[in-house]
This record gives sequence, structure tokens and C-alpha cells, in this order.
Amino acid sequence: MEIVGRSITRVDAVAKVKGTAKYVDDHFVPGMLHAKAFRSTIANGWVKSIDVSKAKVLPGVVAVITYEDVPTHTFPTAGHPYSKDPSHQDVADRNLLTRRVRYVGDEIAAVIAVDELTAEKARQLINVEYEEYAPVLTAEAALQPGIPEIHAGTGNVLGRGGYEVGDMAEAVAESDHTFVDEFSTQVVAHCAMENYSAYAYMEENGRIVVVSSTQIPHICRRIVGQALGIPWGRVRVIKPYIGGGFGGKQDTVVEPLVAFLTTKVHGRPVKMELSREESFISSRVRHPFQFRIETGVTKDGTLSFRNLEAISLNGGYASHGQSIANNCGTKFRQQYRQKAIKYSCKTLYTNMPAAGAMRGYGVPQAMFVMESHLDDIARALDMDPVEIRLKNIPETGHKDPLNGIVALSNGLKECLVKGKELIRWDEKKAAQANQTGTKRRGLGVACFNYASGTHPVGLEVAGARIVMNEDGSVQLQVGATEIGQGSDTVFSQMVAETIGIPLSMVHILSEQDTDISPVDLGSYASRQTYITGMAVRKAAEEIKAKVLEYAWGMTDIPAQVMDIVDGWIVYKHNGEKITPLIEIALDAHTDVVHAKPFTADVTNNARVNALAFGCTFVEVEVDILTGKVEILEIYNIHDSGTIVNPTLAEGQVHGGVSMGLGYALYEQMLFDPKTGKPLIHNLLDYKLMTALDTPEIGAHFVNTFEPTGPYGAKALGEPPAITPAPAIRNAILDATGVKFNDLPMTPQRLIAKFQAEGLI
Amino acid sequence: MYDIARYEEARTVDEAVALLAANPNARIIAGGTDVLIRIREGHQPSAELVGIRHIEELSKIELRSDGTLSIGAAATFSRISKHSLITHLVPALGEAVETVGGPQIRRVATIGGNVCNGATSADSASTLFAFDTVLQIQGPEGVRLVPIREIYRGPGKVHLGQAEVLTAILISPENYNGFGGHYIKYAMRKAMDIATLGCSVNCKVGTGNIVEKARLAFGVAAPTPIRCPGAEALVEGKPFSAALVDDFGKAAAAEINPRTSWRASREFRLHLAEELSKQALVRAFIKAGGKVQ
Amino acid sequence: MTSTISGRTQKITCTINGEAVTMDVDIRESLLDVLRNRLYLTGTKKGCGVGECGACTVLIDGEAYDSCLFLAVWADGKHIRTIEGEAKEGQLSEVQEAFVESGAVQCGYCIPGFVLSVTALKEQNCHCDRESLKKELSGHMCRCTGYQNIIKAAEKVLTEDK
Repeated sequence: MEIVGRSITRVDAVAKVKGTAKYVDDHFVPGMLHAKAFRSTIANGWVKSIDVSKAKVLPGVVAVITYEDVPTHTFPTAGHPYSKDPSHQDVADRNLLTRRVRYVGDEIAAVIAVDELTAEKARQLINVEYEEYAPVLTAEAALQPGIPEIHAGTGNVLGRGGYEVGDMAEAVAESDHTFVDEFSTQVVAHCAMENYSAYAYMEENGRIVVVSSTQIPHICRRIVGQALGIPWGRVRVIKPYIGGGFGGKQDTVVEPLVAFLTTKVHGRPVKMELSREESFISSRVRHPFQFRIETGVTKDGTLSFRNLEAISLNGGYASHGQSIANNCGTKFRQQYRQKAIKYSCKTLYTNMPAAGAMRGYGVPQAMFVMESHLDDIARALDMDPVEIRLKNIPETGHKDPLNGIVALSNGLKECLVKGKELIRWDEKKAAQANQTGTKRRGLGVACFNYASGTHPVGLEVAGARIVMNEDGSVQLQVGATEIGQGSDTVFSQMVAETIGIPLSMVHILSEQDTDISPVDLGSYASRQTYITGMAVRKAAEEIKAKVLEYAWGMTDIPAQVMDIVDGWIVYKHNGEKITPLIEIALDAHTDVVHAKPFTADVTNNARVNALAFGCTFVEVEVDILTGKVEILEIYNIHDSGTIVNPTLAEGQVHGGVSMGLGYALYEQMLFDPKTGKPLIHNLLDYKLMTALDTPEIGAHFVNTFEPTGPYGAKALGEPPAITPAPAIRNAILDATGVKFNDLPMTPQRLIAKFQAEGLI
Repeated sequence: MYDIARYEEARTVDEAVALLAANPNARIIAGGTDVLIRIREGHQPSAELVGIRHIEELSKIELRSDGTLSIGAAATFSRISKHSLITHLVPALGEAVETVGGPQIRRVATIGGNVCNGATSADSASTLFAFDTVLQIQGPEGVRLVPIREIYRGPGKVHLGQAEVLTAILISPENYNGFGGHYIKYAMRKAMDIATLGCSVNCKVGTGNIVEKARLAFGVAAPTPIRCPGAEALVEGKPFSAALVDDFGKAAAAEINPRTSWRASREFRLHLAEELSKQALVRAFIKAGGKVQ
Repeated sequence: MTSTISGRTQKITCTINGEAVTMDVDIRESLLDVLRNRLYLTGTKKGCGVGECGACTVLIDGEAYDSCLFLAVWADGKHIRTIEGEAKEGQLSEVQEAFVESGAVQCGYCIPGFVLSVTALKEQNCHCDRESLKKELSGHMCRCTGYQNIIKAAEKVLTEDK
């Protein structure tokens, strides 16, 4: 491969460094109105009465819309493909505006004004009276009988799931030791640097156009249609450049409401740009989980059974809901071999911000419990943490008993071997034995597996369209969205590689427009390279075949002996040049008899999946007097099949690991236990790491080739964020002998436990 | 867009005082890093502001003939930390203000704003306490001088009249000559953060490696920045030793009364107070020329 | 653009990307508001509005400032540079070039601010080591890159400097 596998410069880098890349808020529409939501100040209750009279008369206010003005039907918001099977549909539990308030920040009314400041001032003039219930913030509270249900008829249980595979009784009997423990993870936020924002207007024919910072334009169109109760084709969604998503924008956060608001002002353009504070409290967050894990092992460290119970807190609305807990269980199962395995989970409604998709989709939680627990087992058995993993990881060719995914490529062992070498594991382990100072060093490791897309749980349709110009260059359109991860560049590389043209001859349209772009589900589930890549490759192959077929007609040389290399038609066997591609392309555009410009419009329904693997190795230094953890070295080693663009891939690893570091040590959203009010809702209190807090991150890949993937590639986007937290937790354990089972591992928690365990 | 109804720019301190006196609703804005955020949060609707950032004398950093170091209240943190008078005479203050926010914030935020804001977490405050700073305030009645510890009324509140302007921060030579100082900002991040606890120690070394003078001040250990005279007295006049440092830390923790908030528990802050005061004493003692084995 | 509710105005004179500008600004406007909404210099991004993220960084008299916390009236007499002025005659600046080549760009939202801060450091002949460089850039938040390739790009231009 010539172009796939090379660190090509991003196709959008120049526009981004020049500041010419246009994001949602960079588009100005004449007469744009600005909307602000009036949000509840209580976590749980009803609006008894609302008075918008003062807001309505403030000069500059165009309209004030309340829960009384919206359709009564509910709609779902999650960025999943639609299913005709009702049992597979997302939970429809939202109204555009609500009288029943379910978290602090819930949307009760909206003000539309001529400018943002006027909308903001009008919002402050709205008065409501509430009937207030005690906020439900924990699993215990949610399941308490007799309390008002957050959603009627649910008992506050949004979903349940689980599985049991193998003979549990036999596996238990065979175990020499059984370990039981509990773990918990916190609420964190995506913190894309671009906040949630969208604007909408109506075309003269009554269609609604929504311009949004979305990862999922086609799904967004359907959801807006559902929310407004109008035919889905009456909605058009446009996605310009996006300032990061991380799963938060795999959801419809502002689009349904802003689309509705434009209909209330006769189609005038209305923009709703969430502030940073609103983006924290009124979009989506990562699910907090509580776990109980039980593991049986034989004397030699072979896992005999694993049993995980999980409770996931979903906040006030379903969003992705139970899917996250299900994915947590799937990746938990796929990580190791054992005789029997059991998983049971439930997802509960609480009066907190709705939890949705976020990089890793339940798997950072799964691997925190699994990999932390496994280290405790290794310690108890006096085994090396790497050894116990090598002993239990799935072999290549392993077929999952439930979803049927086969690990056709599996470089996990190589990842572990490479990581051990990079961090000089054995040497440091020996040097770090028996430390007594106030600064102690330790090593940690943690493994993960992840899928490439959602098959067989979800539909995996992807679209690509290629049109060749007179000069042999091509336009490439995809429905999958570039959100910063680099997919536009990777797709361009695939097209150049497959057709046989220089990268400069591939022009990709970065903007998605549901009226124009091929149908694709969007950017999520680490699916772009693998799933959309299949459609892109097919489209490119189709173009190449058409070119060679046409060239056969022009040259009388059979298509099958020709190839295209670097923009030339050549003999396949020796590379001898026959004619420049431009001659063929121009002819196909202009020949009065034979003209038939080359186009390909491909939709691919991928009914395969591939497991990506990898691990984190980390060395920490813990200051037991201040509770600070310094990352001395950290490496993420990935098996993601063929790496299409090493520089971009490393960038994904850097960003994912940094997100994982934040998850381990810094980031959390806290809520007042009495009122449910968010205590942390800005970038001062939410501890996103700065450059000074971020260590050098080592990104490494092992060479595997995934037979089902385009060019041998598989998932990479989400995996880097999964294992830093358990690896760091294990390194702190290694350094201090103290176990931390709750995230994040803040200095205060460390000091309290060091004191309790007599370390200080 | 900020909800500002009126904005007037003062060119002299007299003019600023006159503008404030003429309009009881008027409030001072200097760097704006606190005031604009408050306005954005809706705490100062239809704000009426008097800007003081263009008053030249307010950003002067100079040495008076009596050796008093005068820092104009509108001097920005980035100017203070780089200024040669600061780096030579009170380096600990320069280091302390380098821990505020990030570089962009330090270019606009002013030391006077940091004080007048009344926050216990202000990164300059504990160090200013350790230097026994005096504040020069000008109002309609003239100029008054106030020791910094008398300016705080409570969290976010200072004894400053509506028409008064803090004009300079004064450090007299007996409070900096021969002193070594060290500030530790304990925060969750290494930048862009608010202190969980701020600890500043200034000390002087006497013959025989004794701690001749010690000044210990904390931010976030109480509703306002505070000094710890008990801990100071405990070590003054005594030869430096590891045991003395331990006693200092214990006395410091015993002398403060931090509260539990969601940012940090009382217990955690007490632990930090003991630990940080020890570390700061050791560093300050070294900087003052003392010997630590 | 729209019939916004107008506040009191003041005339300011400044240069923006080298061009002299005289305009009436609303006393309520931040420099960010003016650059984006009135001059359509949208390369300057808004990430938080309170000086916590650095996305809105511009150069004022050669130094990096958060334009969200800088009132437009304060721009009077200043030389302001935004990302739009950095590429000259279609040529990327050395700093921009380094960002492109080092793989420093992902979603791109924080990038204009970083480019301007690094540009200021370069023009001040900063020869800072990695730790000081990180400190100089610590007022910019990035969620995509872990800062690694941004630091790499910055080091590239700052060390190649004579």
C-alpha cells in the first residue's frame, strides 16, 4: 500500500490553522434570532404555575414558548439507527419543553429575542412556582418504594440486562479462590471545546433546515421529525465543521427544540447556543456506575468464573440508556476466557443530567472494575500482573458465544509484551520493591477490548459517493462526519490508494447535508475507518473498474491487464505507462458517442465486526504527604489492525489517554446531595487537565491485519480512553499497597485512605 | 455581550473618586477578570462601571525614598512577576502571583482586584499578609493607610467605601529586608485553578542558624486570609531543626479553622496546612540563607 | 445584521491585523463580540466566555489575551491581531506551518488561540524549556490532543529560531 499507512497531513489542517474553517456559530444568517432556555432550578417536581408576562414585554423579545405550547407526544434523543421493532427502539421520554422537571437545568420554557443578551435578560424575568419532590440522586433513593416516579410507570428502572454463559456451578466448584469486591465510577463530561449549538430556519416550502454541531446528521433528521411530529423528509440537517464531540453530539441536545422554535416565529432563523455552563448541566454526561464483582480462580491464576453486577445511573432522561450498561457487559465478557461468566445490570432514572454516549460507551467503567480487580487477585496470588493477563486473554480465533464475533486478528499478547518492554517492567519492579520514603513509585497495567462499530446489536449502514472530474480528480462524499478524529483524511487516503491517484486529486466534502450527503449513521462506536471505510473502498473500486472498462474501449487493451498508478493507466505486470488517467476521464466526459462520466454511489450494510485490543502501562510517583500522583511514564499500546495514518492515529491515542488520565485523577461532576444542584459546571471547577498537568504520552501500535476491515483496519477512536484509569489505580496500589476502588482518585481520597491505613 | 448600562474611563485617581462619588451605583473595574464574570452571572444587572486601567500612577511599581516598595493597585500579575524590584526585593510575591490562572489572565488581572475581591483563595493575599502589607486607599475624604489584615470583613467582603479606590500596596523595608519567602499553592491542577489551600511563609535567619523571624499566612484556611501568630512565635528565636519544622506544622494546623466544602473537607485542609506550612518554612528558610541538613 | 437592542457606544480607533479601524462599539461588547459579530473574524472562538479555556485568545500589542474578558472599549489605541491575519499572501506563517506538519490539529477549535500564543512567544524570542513552554500555554484548553503535538509544533518553531 502506497498511501494507506502513511502520515498524510490532515486534509482540513490548513483551514483550521487559518481560522477559516466554519463551525456552527461562524455562520451568520440575516435576521438571526437567539433563543435561551428557561431551566428548572429544582431537581425533581412539577411546575405549578408559570408567569412569562414580564419576559414577553421586554423590548426585543419576539416570543416566549412554554411547555403549554409544545406537542404532547414524547420522543427519543439517542443517536442510534431507527428500528421498526418497537422492542429495539430508544426510549421516547422527552417533551420539547416540560412541566415535570427531572433535573436542575430541565427545559421549561424558551425565550426568542433579537439578541442573546435580551434573551438572557428575558429569561430572568420568568417566574415559576414549583411543587418540589426530594431529589433522587442514588440507586438506593431511586428504588425506594412509594416515591414519585421520575417517569410514570417505570419504577425508576429504565432497563435491565445481563447474560449467563457456561456452567457456573461447576466453575465455582473448580475455583481455588474466590474474590469479591465493589467499585464505583463518577459522572464526567465530554467538554468538547465547541459547546452545543444549532440554528434552524424554514424554507419557503415549509421544510425545516437545522444547522448543527452534530456527529449524526441523518439520525438527527429523523429525531427532529419525530419530535415535531412531521414527516422526516421535511427536515434537512447540515453539519459544518465540529469542535469535538466525544459522543456528546451523538445525541440530539438542542436540535429538536430549535427546530420547533423556528416554526413558532414563522420560519425566521433561530439560534440556540448553549453556554459552557449549560453544556455541562443540560447536555449529556458519562454514566456513573456501581459494581459488585466476584471472580473465581485456580491456584495458577486461571480464571474459572466471573460474575459482575452493575447499576448505572442514567439521570433524568433515557438518552442512550440501557445500551451503555449492555456494552459494558459485552466487553467485560470478551476480555478474558473462563468456564462461566455472568452479568446482570440495571439502569436507573435519577434527578441528574441525562447520561448518554461518551468515548468508550460503558467500557471505561467495565475495564476499571475488571482490571483493578484482576490486579488485586494477582497480588493475592503473588503473581505478576502481566503474567495473569497473558494467562487469561482470549486466543486468536476466539468466537464470542453470544454475539458470534470472532477475534480474527488479535495482537493483545504482543501489546502486553511491547508495553512491558517500553516501560522496563521487570527492571523497575525489582528496583521499586520495599520503598519507605514519602514519594513512592509504582507500575500498573490494564487491558481492554473494543468493537469496530455496533454489529450485531445495531445496524451498520454507511454511504460513500465518488464522482470523477474531467481531469481524473474525484469528489468524495461521505455521510460519516469529521469531528476532529481525522476521518476525512483517512477516507481520502483510501480513495487515492484504491483508485491509484495522488492524494491531491481527491477532494472530500467535509460538510454533511442530509439533502446531499449519502446516508450514513454518523460518527460513533469507533466505526468510521472500519464501517464507512468499507463503503468508501467499494465506491473507489467501482470507479476504478469503470475507468479501466472505459480505457479498454479506448485502447483495446483488456481491463484486467491494466491498473491505475499515480494517475496513469499502466500495464499491471510491469507498470509500463499506457495513457494518463486524464485522457480517459476527459473522454468519458466529452466523447459525443461514448460519454459516461464515472460515478459511484455505494451503500454498504456491514454485517461484521472486529475486536480491537490494547493496554496501558504506566509508572507513577505518589507523594503520600500531599496525595498527588505524578505520571512518570505512560504508554498505550494498540492493536487496531492496519494503521491508515500513523500521525492521526497517535493523535487519537494522545487525546484518548489524556481523557483517561482525567477520568482517573481529575474529572468529576458533583451534585449537592440535598438539592441535586450541580456544584461543578464550568472549566474552573471541572478539572480538565492543562498542558502543565499532562505528561508525555507514548502511543504505540502492534502490526496485525484484520481480514474483515478495509485495508486491514479496525477500531481506534475510543479505545485509548479506556484503560488509563485502571492502570493508574494499579500503579498506585503497587506504589503504596493501598487499593482505590472509586474514581476519581483525588488527593483528598488518597490522603484519607493513607491516614486510615496508617501509611501517614 | 455584558449587561453594562454605563461605562466611564477615569484618567486620574481623583477623577475615579469623583466619578464614583457622583454615582452611588458606580463600581470600579480594573482588569475585569472578576467584575465581568460577576456581570455575566447576572450579579450586577445594568452595571455602571468606572474603568481605572488607564490611570498611569495605578500601575507603577516603585521604591520610595524610605525604602517602602509601592505596587500600584492596577499593576497586572504578569508585570509584577517580571518587575526587577519585585524579583529583587520580594521574589516570593512574584512567585505567588505567577500561580494565578493562566498567562492570559495574568496579563489583565490586577493585584488590587485580587485584594478588593475579598476572596480567601486569592493567590496574592497570603503572601501580602506574610509581608505585613499596608494598603493605600484614596476616597472623597482623602488618603488612608490600612494594614491588609484589617481590610477583610468576610468572604468576598472588604472594608472599602463605594467611592474609595485602593491605589497602592505598600511593603516596608523592615518587612522584606533579609527575609526569604515561599508560597505554595495547593490546587488540583498546575494552572487555571483556584487554591485548595494557599500557604505563605516569610522568614529571617539569625546567627547560629536560628529562625529569627517567621511569618505564616494561609488562604482558604478561614473565611479570609489569615496569619498564624502562634506558630510564628513558637519557632522564632529557636535553632532550625526537623523537630522545629514539625512543631511549626502542628501549631499551624491547630491555629486554623477551615471549613468543609465540596471542594475539600476540613480534615483534608488541616492535613495540608500542617504539611504545606512545614514545606514552605523549609523553603523559605533556605531562601533566607539558612542551612537545612 | 439584526436589529439588536443597542446600548451606549464609544468610538475606538485601533488596528486589526495591521489595518486601521475606527468604529463605534457598544460599551457592552467584548472584543470577542466585536471581532466575531461585527467584523466576522470568526477564527477567534468562544469556548467559555469567562477566561477559562483560551479559545478566544488574540494578540493585543503583541501579547496573548482572552478577548472574551476584554471590553471592546479597551481596544482603543491597541494593535490587535487575530488568526485571520497570520497567513500572509496565502502563505501560512511558520507557526501555522508547524502546527500542520506536527499533527497538532484535530477538531481545530482551540487551534487559533494556540497559534497566536505560540506566535507571541516566537516573536519575543522565547527559548523556554518544555516545562516553561507548557506553562506559557497553560491558559489554553484542548480536549482532543492531550497537547502533545501542539507542544511539539511549538518547540519546532521556538527551537528553530536563532
